Amino acid sequence: MTQPLDTLIETPSQTGGPYVHIGCIPTFAGIDGVYPEDLGFSPIEDGAKGEIVTITGQVIDGTGWALRDALLESWQADAAGKYPGQDGADPKVGGFCRFAADKDSGEFTLRTVKPGPTPTRGGAAQAPHISVWIAARGINIGLHTRIYFEDEDNENDPLLSRIEQRNRVPTLIAKKTGPGAYRFDIRLQGEGETVFLDI
Amino acid sequence: MTDLGPLVPRQRDMHPVPYDPDYKTSVPRSPKWPLLSMESTPSEETGPRFGHSMLGPLDNNLILNFSGDPGKPAVGERILMHGRVMDEYGRPVPNTLIEIWQANAGGRYRHIKDTYFAPLDPNFGGCGRTITDDQGRYQFLTIRPGAYPWPNRANDWRPMHIHISVFGHSFGQRLITQMYFEGDPLIDRCPIAATIKKRSQLDRLVAPLDMTMARPLDFLAYKFDIVLRGRRQTMFENKLEGM
Repeated sequence: MTQPLDTLIETPSQTGGPYVHIGCIPTFAGIDGVYPEDLGFSPIEDGAKGEIVTITGQVIDGTGWALRDALLESWQADAAGKYPGQDGADPKVGGFCRFAADKDSGEFTLRTVKPGPTPTRGGAAQAPHISVWIAARGINIGLHTRIYFEDEDNENDPLLSRIEQRNRVPTLIAKKTGPGAYRFDIRLQGEGETVFLDI
Repeated sequence: MTDLGPLVPRQRDMHPVPYDPDYKTSVPRSPKWPLLSMESTPSEETGPRFGHSMLGPLDNNLILNFSGDPGKPAVGERILMHGRVMDEYGRPVPNTLIEIWQANAGGRYRHIKDTYFAPLDPNFGGCGRTITDDQGRYQFLTIRPGAYPWPNRANDWRPMHIHISVFGHSFGQRLITQMYFEGDPLIDRCPIAATIKKRSQLDRLVAPLDMTMARPLDFLAYKFDIVLRGRRQTMFENKLEGM
């Protein structure tokens, strides 16, 4: 008989469902007054150091239809590559944001500061990126991905370098559409499917 | 900051399958290609922290937090939902944010897109939040939600359930799940519950009645423990003195 392994197993995920906003962005669901404001309303406060950027996009399903009920969350470092809580991090950068696809157009917008490069555990430099997590009806376990920027040096990023099919790398790179403006569409399935992470 | 080690990789076979034709919306919303796997980085090993100071006094009391008036409680079966948040090594996860949302006693959500004809309860909003204590414990006072029909197969009904969102201490631990109730016959008929293929894993989402925490003449109680990903200590690699 082997010894029993006493480690636990992670609680299984379930979809956030169509009404995920009630719990996470109550004002989106039409519920005002329970909390003073929605959690994660903005990842930055006025005075955050660095370049302010706006990233716009859609979450698109396998038929080409943009989700109207997606919930997105982002997490990032400040302009110097420090995560909130790390020594020397910009106190005006909370780093966390929650936003929803618009219920009519399916378009989302994230206004934030462009993050600086961050080191991996082994000390390699990761190109500037924003981590993104997506929950929605039909998504049984939340999807992690990353937003990189086309006007940064992404050449030696450890995560991008691991993508064997180089034609999939652009699915993680936001396209510049104007000064401080980027486009980042997330394709859940099919042609141009975004790379999702198990990390 | 102390290096707590990389996140333990997810055991994906213990989670629901992303693509399940019986849950129709998963068909166009599930990635076709494999996930890109690699060891976690600080991007996943750090995450937002929320302080107890952000909480209002009624944030974990869904019976009162919408009306704000003790004279106008929500209608339904009064229950205490409580439990602990732990990691895979059984260590408590203190000071972590838990958010819940649910339908009212009739199975109707207070959401602009819910058109089910069961009425709204004027005194029930359906959202709550709390932060675990130093032992990882949490509790909510709420009403038991009703089952409701949904447009999947021709006659599908969701079991009674409460949605739960947990942060943990790092972005890579992020988890949304659902709590079901002991004895509900709809659990075995639900295509969303059935996206979890290991029965023992689905059973972990079914909260038992907990009479030890029920308050006589006031409310029943259900216990729901949550396990998040752990952090794997890296032996010998960068800590020669050991663990």
